[in-house]
Formats: sequence, C-alpha cells, structure tokens
Amino acid sequence: MTPLLITNARLLDPASGLDAPGALLVRDGRIASLTGAPAEGAQVLDAGGAVLCPGLVDMRAAIGEPGAEHRETIASAAAAAAAGGITTLAMLPDTDPALDDPALVEFVIRRGEATASLTICPYAAATKGCAGKELSEYGLLREAGAVAFTDGRRAIGSARTMRLSLSYARVFGAMVVQHPEEPSLAGLGAATEGELATRLGLPGIPAAAEAIMVARDIALARLTGGHVHFAHVSTGAALDLIRAAKAEGLRVTCDTAPPYFDLNETAIGDFRSYAKLSPPLRREADRLAVVAALADGTIDAIASDHQPRDADDKRLPFAQAEAGGAGLATLLGVTLARVHAGDLSLRDALALLTCRPAALLGLEAGRLAEGAPADLCLFAPERAWQVKAGALPGKAQNSPFDGRALEGRVIATFKAGRRVFG
Amino acid sequence: MSGHSFPILPTGHLLAIEGLEPPHITALLDLAESYALLNRQGKTQRDLLKGRTLINLFFEDSTRTRTSFELAGKRLGADIVNMSVSTSSVNKGETLLDTAATLNAMNTDLLVIRHAQSGAPALLAQKVDAAVINAGDGMHEHPTQALLDALTIRRHKGRLEGLVVAICGDITHSRVARSNIHLLSAMGARLRVIGPPTLIPAECARLGVEVHHDMRAGLDGADVVMMLRLQRERMNAGLVPSPREFFRFFGLDAAKLRAAKPDAIVMHPGPMNRGIEIDSAVADDPQRSVIGEQVEMGVAVRMAVLDVLARDLRRNA
Repeated sequence: MTPLLITNARLLDPASGLDAPGALLVRDGRIASLTGAPAEGAQVLDAGGAVLCPGLVDMRAAIGEPGAEHRETIASAAAAAAAGGITTLAMLPDTDPALDDPALVEFVIRRGEATASLTICPYAAATKGCAGKELSEYGLLREAGAVAFTDGRRAIGSARTMRLSLSYARVFGAMVVQHPEEPSLAGLGAATEGELATRLGLPGIPAAAEAIMVARDIALARLTGGHVHFAHVSTGAALDLIRAAKAEGLRVTCDTAPPYFDLNETAIGDFRSYAKLSPPLRREADRLAVVAALADGTIDAIASDHQPRDADDKRLPFAQAEAGGAGLATLLGVTLARVHAGDLSLRDALALLTCRPAALLGLEAGRLAEGAPADLCLFAPERAWQVKAGALPGKAQNSPFDGRALEGRVIATFKAGRRVFG
Repeated sequence: MSGHSFPILPTGHLLAIEGLEPPHITALLDLAESYALLNRQGKTQRDLLKGRTLINLFFEDSTRTRTSFELAGKRLGADIVNMSVSTSSVNKGETLLDTAATLNAMNTDLLVIRHAQSGAPALLAQKVDAAVINAGDGMHEHPTQALLDALTIRRHKGRLEGLVVAICGDITHSRVARSNIHLLSAMGARLRVIGPPTLIPAECARLGVEVHHDMRAGLDGADVVMMLRLQRERMNAGLVPSPREFFRFFGLDAAKLRAAKPDAIVMHPGPMNRGIEIDSAVADDPQRSVIGEQVEMGVAVRMAVLDVLARDLRRNA
C-alpha cells in the first residue's frame, strides 16, 4: 500500500497531550511518523486544518447480529460507525443467542474483522443467557477475546450473583459492567417518575432506582475487590456515589451516553417513542449533573449506547414501544456540543471517546503513537449538519436526536491506514 | 348553533383536556347545555352529521361510554360502526396502526377510540385523516368524561370558578382524575385529591392540586365530591392491602361526607364498586348523588364534541 501523508492537520492525541498543527505519515497500516517529515512517494492528503485524532473507541453498543439482523447487522453497524469516526467498538452480549460461549465470541470477532473497518471487541455475558442466574465461563470467554462481562440491557439483579461475578471476574482481570437500575423498582416503567410522567399517564421509574443499584454494587466492589463499571449513568445521585467511591480508592468506573448530557425528559414530549431510552431520560438537574461529572472526570468514558430499533419497535403507544436509540453516527457531534458550550475542552472530550475507554477495556487503541495501528478520525469541529432520522448511515434510524442541529462532522475515517469513510 | 369566531377544537381532534383554553371549554359546555335541553325535549338534529361515518374503536371493554357516543352520533344523524377489539388479541399494539390504515381506506370522518395505553389516540391521530376523539387512553386522559362532569357541576352550582372539588381514590391510575384536574383548574376551581400515598402519582401537587391522605380533612368544605373506581388489580399489585381497609379509610359514606358542605354533590364516573369506594346509601341518595345526571350529560357533551369536530371537517372539505 502506498504510504499516506496527511498534512495540514491539527494533530490531537488526548493520551499524550499532543495538540499541534502537523502532518501524520501512515505506512503499512501503522502510524509511521508524527513529525511531518516528507515521505518519498507518499500519497498526500491535505486535511485543510481539520482535527486528526485517534479513531473513536465506543465502549457500549448493541448490534442486532446475531438474532435481530432486521434491526442492524455487524456490516451495517460498521458503516454507521465509520461515518461516526468509530474504529473500535465494544459490543453488548445480549444478542440472540447471548454471547455466553467462546465460539460465539470468536464468531463476532471474525465478523468484525470481515468488515475491515471496525474492530469489534465483544463483551461476554456475565451470566448464562444473560438471565442473571449462573455465571458464564469467564476464563474461557476471556481467552476467546471477550473484553469484559455484562448482561447488557439487563441489570444483574441478584446481589449474590453480582458478588460472585465481581469476585470471579477479578481473577481474569476483567471488569463487570452493570446496567444500574434496581429491577423491582423499574418494573414496567416507561419514563422517569415525576410530573411529566404523571401528566402523560405513563408508568414511572423513580430516578432512585439507579442510585440504589449503584450503592449496592459499590458495597459489593468493596467486599470483593472487583472492578464494577456502571454503564450509561444518568442521575446526579448515582454520580455522587461514584465520585465518593473513587475518592475512597475502590475500583469503580462509569460511562454515560450523549442523550444523558444533551436531552432531558421533555424530549418524550407528546409520547415521542424515539426518545424512549433505557435508562429513561431524566430531568434537567440530572442532565446538568452528568455534564458536571464529565467535566470533573468522574465519568470515565462516553459511549454511543447504540440500540438499533426498527419502525415496528417504535411506532407503538409509548409504554409498549421498545426503549433504545441509535447513537453511532451522532456520538462525536453531540459530544462536541458540550465543547462548543464551553463545558469540556476538546482534548478532554476526545479523551472520553478514545484513550479513556480503551484503557478501561485494556485495548491498545485510542492513541496517536508511532507504531500504533493507523486508526484515525479526521473531523471538522465547526462544520454544521442536521441529524435526520431516515437518512442516517447504517440500518438503525431510531435517533433520539432527530432534527438536532450539530456542529462538528467527520470528514474521513481510517482503519489500519485504509480510508473507510469520506 | 353558537357563533364562535374561533375554532373550538383547534387541532381538529379531541385528544386531551390539557392544552384547551377556558374559552374553548366554555364554548363546548354551552353547546352541550343546549343539546341537553334538546334531548330533554325529545328533539333531534338528524341532518347535522348526515352522511358522516363515525367509528367507535374500543380496545377496552366499555358499555357506558361506547353507548353514549353511539347515541350521540345517532341523534346527529351519523352512520355508526362499532368495532370492539379484545385486548387479548392485540399483539403489542401492532393492530392499532394496521387498523388505522384500514379505517383510512374506508374514509372514516370521526373516530372514537378507547385504548389501554396512554398516548394511543395521539399516535392514531398522526396516521388517520379522521377527527380523533379520545374516549379514554390508559392512565392519561378521558376528556369527554371531564366535560360531562363539568357540565353536571355547572348545572348544579351555576359556576365552576371558586368551587372546592375533591377527587378521591385511585388517582395514579385514573384518566378521569387527570382530565378533571386539568379542566376544573383551568376554569378556576380549587382541586384536592385524596387517597393513600400508594395511589397518588409522583409530584401530583405540581398539577395544581392539594394532596390529602385523610378523607375528613380533604372533604372539609368541599362543594363537589368526585369518587373514582378502584380496580381490583390494584389490590393484586399490593397498592391497597384489602377492600375493607380501603373502604374504612377512603370509601365515601355518610359520616365522611358530613365534612363536605351540606349541599355538596357526589359524583362517580361509573361503574361503581359499592362497599369499596362508595357506600350505597350515599350513591343512591337523591339529595346528594348526581351520578345518573352524569350519564345524561354524557350524551349531550358527546353530541357537542361531534358537532364541533364535524364543523371542522366541513371547513376543511
């Protein structure tokens, strides 16, 4: 492959702190140089001053394959990811069948490799069938390539099972990722409990359902010495608990997703099922608490929380509609809205999308370093566009951000030096 | 009949009370009042909806409301079809939009829908050309019930403004309570809700009501006492320990009613659970109970709503 020299770029590597105009040379699929030295015979790409950063690492996304290919396939998700600047993706295991067998984990990794644009790092099911009862084979699943353990959209409800999971996963150097929601309080709830749900006559989920599970699992992390990671944290009360647990030195980390710092519960408006998510959108005070926790470092990563749904899943009365939003194509743009608003520096925002999730998952990805794979994202931070459900890349069109105007768009995505988008 | 310069239902549907302004509500009540008079005189207006098709689409069992809409439509001359879709056969609401497509193909003019899911009529209204009337959706709203309740109150008290209205029982699961709260507070009444905390929805006070957990305190000085039906499944869900405990503390009997004003009226949207939320002696007391009149006003209110929406259809035709 001809070497590629990307010139006139703003090189931004959150891991090393590099943020300077320059050029990056790609040779044999790897970053050969960051010094801007001219390279004989290289193809030159003028970035026009755009930001060149590591390809994004999305630490939480569901894909319909296997089992729900009508919603999304690994190939269609890879196309959406490439358009969103994502080159590494940790895939949830609550597929059909669930990823609770080493052969299934290997299958998913191979399917990711076949896209040649996206590295898929599967989570394995924390319990067999993601049913919350018996632990799956953590050792064998780790050997097969699973990055961590989780039951995906389902909370590990039993305290005993969670205790066993945290203890056992520790031996294999993996974290347990929890959907922090006390199931008996969540019930069949469809929206955050409060005035809006009361007005709409929707069954509510108290915001405390999140803090209760977080409090319990922090206690279990203290008991076991295991590493618990809370996914898509959405309330100030839970973030306060996580902040305190970190200060105590426990192995407690968390991520959030763009809807929880960009939208509040009013997005469900008159029964707008595309804004029905799990956890549900919260009130404005909680959104602001998520923004504050991004800024102070309490939140370790921003994940897309991509949950593909088709029209039949969503065009139902609100309480019957499936929860979940498409998030791959909008991950960067919505995150940059916090940068433009002055809540986050560009470097900190990109760290939440690259090196910090990579570190949680134990991956080499997410940095601009000589010798590292040339997984790159080139984006124009000021370029305006509008999210249009129906015109998004990939199969899933269920964006809760439909109609949202964004600033910051991916120009090109490179996987191992090969241009896979733009 | 009435010469309003503004469209009484500007959306072309009646999906909720929330969002209606007092002049719209007053105009609907005035029109309904005139229909109540015509009904008592035995006069009909069979040309008003002539050639119009009204479909009663009921995904939940209902005798009272469906019959009331049917009578209202017939008195205005509409062609009426009743469709009952048993909830058990509804496969996760898929038939809702399938049905919508079918109804659209049949050029339905007026569509009355009752559904167990909050927001189902709003979803349907996006998909059909007909004027949609919400006849009760989940725990959300039951707009014609609130209108008929307001008309009944107005006929007895001569006004709505300044009245103290107590709504008692299972507020959480009640669409009747929500529609009444929106309507009566928009019209200047003072609303109280009374029930055990397990049956009062979160942040209920933000709807502009006083929340009480004690019947005597809540009924003190009330002009209107509105009882709600307690569904048996609420007991199965553990929200109420037993019928006898509920009746003892939250059921309306003559002793509790004494806390209200001497001329307070007693209402119930029906069907009643005698001995659970209301004592028969109160329900059947002709001096206090206006439950029968509520049913009568139901037909008049639904005639007014159909009339108003059909005018919009004529305007858009």
